[in-house]
Amino acid sequence: MIAELGHYALVLALGLALVQASVPMLGARRNDPVLMGVGGSTALAQFAFVAIAFGALIASYVRSDFSVVNVFENSHSAKPLIYKITGVWGNHEGSMLLWVFILALFGALVAAFGRNLPGRLKARVLGVQAWIAVAFELFILLTSNPFLRIPDAPVEGRDLNPILQDPGLAIHPPMLYLGYVGLSISFSFAIAALIEGRIDAAWARWVRPWTLLAWIFLTLGIAMGSYWAYYTLGWGGWWFWDPVENASFMPWLTATALLHSALVMEKRDALKVWTILLAILAFSLSLIGTFLVRSGVLTSVHAFASDPMRGVFILAILVVFIGGALVLFALRAPVLKQGGLFAPISREGSLVLNNLFLVCACGTVFVGTLYPLALEALTGEKISVGAPFFNGTFGPLFVPILIAVPFGPLLAWKRGDLLGAAQRLITAAAIAAVTIAVVFAVSPGGPVLAPFGIGLAFFVMAGALTEIVERTGVLKLPFASALARARGLPRSTWGGMLAHFGLGIAVLGIIGETQWSVEELRELEPGQSVSIRQYVLTLEGTTTRPGPNYRELAARFAVQRNRSLIGFMEPAKRDFPSRETSTTETALMRRGLSQIYVSLGELKPDGSVGVRIYYKPLVLLIWLGPVAMAMGGALSLSDRRLRVGAPKPARSKTALAPAE
Amino acid sequence: MTRRQRRLTLIGSALAAVALAVALVLISLKDSIVFFNSPTDLVEKHIAAGQRMRLGGLVKEGSLWRGENLAIRFALTDGNHEVTVAYRGQLPDLFREGQGVVAEGAIDRSGMFQADTILAKHDERYMPREVADALKKQGHWQGETIKTDTTAPRRTLQ
Repeated sequence: MIAELGHYALVLALGLALVQASVPMLGARRNDPVLMGVGGSTALAQFAFVAIAFGALIASYVRSDFSVVNVFENSHSAKPLIYKITGVWGNHEGSMLLWVFILALFGALVAAFGRNLPGRLKARVLGVQAWIAVAFELFILLTSNPFLRIPDAPVEGRDLNPILQDPGLAIHPPMLYLGYVGLSISFSFAIAALIEGRIDAAWARWVRPWTLLAWIFLTLGIAMGSYWAYYTLGWGGWWFWDPVENASFMPWLTATALLHSALVMEKRDALKVWTILLAILAFSLSLIGTFLVRSGVLTSVHAFASDPMRGVFILAILVVFIGGALVLFALRAPVLKQGGLFAPISREGSLVLNNLFLVCACGTVFVGTLYPLALEALTGEKISVGAPFFNGTFGPLFVPILIAVPFGPLLAWKRGDLLGAAQRLITAAAIAAVTIAVVFAVSPGGPVLAPFGIGLAFFVMAGALTEIVERTGVLKLPFASALARARGLPRSTWGGMLAHFGLGIAVLGIIGETQWSVEELRELEPGQSVSIRQYVLTLEGTTTRPGPNYRELAARFAVQRNRSLIGFMEPAKRDFPSRETSTTETALMRRGLSQIYVSLGELKPDGSVGVRIYYKPLVLLIWLGPVAMAMGGALSLSDRRLRVGAPKPARSKTALAPAE
Repeated sequence: MTRRQRRLTLIGSALAAVALAVALVLISLKDSIVFFNSPTDLVEKHIAAGQRMRLGGLVKEGSLWRGENLAIRFALTDGNHEVTVAYRGQLPDLFREGQGVVAEGAIDRSGMFQADTILAKHDERYMPREVADALKKQGHWQGETIKTDTTAPRRTLQ
């Protein structure tokens, strides 16, 4: 009954989306406020019905209703409750429903909180949002219905793929989808502006918070996914340049560029056409990502669904939306009033540089991801493009960005003073130089480029602090007045500083881990030990024990440093009888910002066991950096200027209070 | 700076960045692409020792051998030919005899394939795509038996 309710709710949501896709558009054309008003209410209602459908699927999982095919294929009655719930999006059908749920959520958010948007723009934004919803709701209902029943219900389910039975599944996909499905809003804003044929600085001010919101979640989602892969796959890697990872990374790069170009548009009324194009591209890359992951066109760590019919359907959605948007762009862009030009050395100029390199870097990832597919489709030749390609292209393109990051905020709008900015960055550069020298001194004979990488990371971090030091005058003024100036700084300034600082942190972690990571592969009998860096790990023994829906083989290691015991580590290998698969549970021990990483291999009949041990210096910074970036984004989002928009009379301040 | 000069600087720097990106892509594509081969390709194409590539096929039943210090050997077959693969380290969780895997590395002078990476990127229902295609080409595709009963309930619905 619950499944039928969900199915019915989804059909109703499709009906509402059809209304939302047409009526407000018509209203905006005729300038009819009543018809335009339909957009808001249908967006909220559509969201409510998608939420009911999503809730119904969750309920079927929680109740282990194996008469529903999707539940039967992906759940098991002995599974812990959290994995019953997260299993909902651990499969193709459920994850598409989550996709649509988040799409509708963003539509509803615009309907509820977009009160200061002009009526016509809002109506059109919601209309475009509904076009996407119609396409994907049809996709679910026609090709990927999660509510199908089995006539004779099986007693037990086939269980969720054990690799996915992890708390990571509870956080990573929802975060990631909030990010890249959230970019649909920027897309809808761009299409609405193109239909309207008018675009101004205010548009950028309205679109920026939504893009920022999506970007924050995308940043966290990617970082979370990386950490999950790191501890769950047992290979010690945190980024594989896997097509599925690239699928989420390309929208991130474009969205980052979009955030920066929207800044230029908002402040200087320039780069309008470019900003619109970026908004279209960011979501187009999200759609391409969805296609790559959901169509089964590639088989990779994440590919847990494949069906050719679905692939063709998503490809059609892709062609219609991306093609349609670009055609509309080509037709309308010349009509848009061009913004002014600016001096190359200026804040705008630095943001253009940032955009150029981000987009080029994104382009190389795009080529590396799609070239093998295209080549195979055209010639049948099978190749793989791996990490060396991406390191060789993406790396060199990212270095100029990192060098430029500290300069940007120190340059003035319109006409900047590069020499002045360079002078103010002397301290930061000196810190970087000292770091390079220290790293060379501490680890002689190490990788040559690594100390420079570390120096660059410190340059980015110190550069971010320079801006704040300059603007608060903390080194020149008395503390109290510096504090007052710090309070007076807009939160978006603090946010930008924190985000740039986070970038430096992440680079530091990436260089530290990739250049100084140590690996030991051993076969150990109980009592034997391995030393790695200054740590000694001794295998105490192995045990087998039952879990809720698996049996695990666990090994216990005593970890010593300078002959004193600092703790125990227990890596394990789990066998899931319901799927006849096993997973590796790595053991991690944090040492400052570094980690010791142990993953277990095969147990031999003689009692010896294969282990892979890593010492990973600074590895935690790889994920703390993005967290700082996301916090910077959140801080910026909380800036009143962004939310409220154009200055308004005092009365509106109280009216907007609940949004605080 | 005149308006014209500003525009030229903008366009010039854009072209320079794009040119840099294209150059990097072309250089990397030349050097870091790895081709995929089946054991039959290996025999027919006479690939030189030391040439990096991916080799895909089925792990021959009963061929897995574990030596001292995590040394591993197994035979990779596509039904017509087989190649011995040597590897040191831990095998992925999804590695099984009789299942499809992809090994990355190079063939040595004695004809043994020295792998530094073993991929079994699929769950128990799926084959790596390249392996499935290679097997189809060799006429040894048994997809229906490898895909287990997952599709059964769906069939009853149709």
